[in-house]
Amino acid sequence: MGSVPISWFLTLSAVLFALGVAGFLFRRSIITVFMSIELMLNAVNLSFVTFSYQLKKVDGHLFSFFVMVVAAAEAAVGLAIILTVFRNRKTLNIDDVSSMKD
Amino acid sequence: MDVVIFLIFAIIAVACAINVVVQTHPISSAISLVGVMGSLAVIYLLLGAEFIAAAQVIVYAGAIMVLFVFVIMLLNAGAEATKGRAPMAHLLGPPLLAAFLGILAFVVRRLFPREYTAHFGGFTHGTAKDVGRALFTTYLLPFEAASVLILIAIIGAVVLARKEMD
Repeated sequence: MGSVPISWFLTLSAVLFALGVAGFLFRRSIITVFMSIELMLNAVNLSFVTFSYQLKKVDGHLFSFFVMVVAAAEAAVGLAIILTVFRNRKTLNIDDVSSMKD
Repeated sequence: MDVVIFLIFAIIAVACAINVVVQTHPISSAISLVGVMGSLAVIYLLLGAEFIAAAQVIVYAGAIMVLFVFVIMLLNAGAEATKGRAPMAHLLGPPLLAAFLGILAFVVRRLFPREYTAHFGGFTHGTAKDVGRALFTTYLLPFEAASVLILIAIIGAVVLARKEMD
């Protein structure tokens, strides 16, 4: 009784991923863009764990674990880059850090 | 009962995720992101992923978000400027996102019909023991690669965040 359809988990994952994409594209603060990336990684983790449940294998948990490892490494390096950008440019607005675009 | 718990935490997760995107102040976004991660941890528990739920709370909600909040405080990041955005993005963005979501929901519905369901206790091989055994047998090489990656990240972060950049 009271079983949750697998598709609900995957739809929740899709909703979270879409919100992450929205934040990544629409926001102008570097830190919030970075947090949107973390939101997308979390959404993908939810898919991995759901597939792991469906296939009754532990492998999805391992993928999810490695995503966490990569996210931790990425957060450490990314935030150090943000610190350096802020020190040199005195801004956190991504529109002001577009010298590679011009 | 499972449906109720799933719906409660799914709604909290989506509400917090919307809050991450719409808040203008980075601290509000960061706190909302902790809410998303906490509710996702409960959903992982519902799917039998005990170890991943614990790692989610410790690594994501604990370590990574503390790092974020620390940097926001250190840089004294205020509310971001709302002017200067492309009007096309505002006009086209929401409908395109809705279309993307619609397509994804359709695909998910087709791939996973109603009879595929999950309930608490349906999968009990997500404990630290099982994950650890798989990690140190099948996934030993990726594990070693991940440890090298972490080492590179540590050195990179230290080099990048040094006081003098010459």
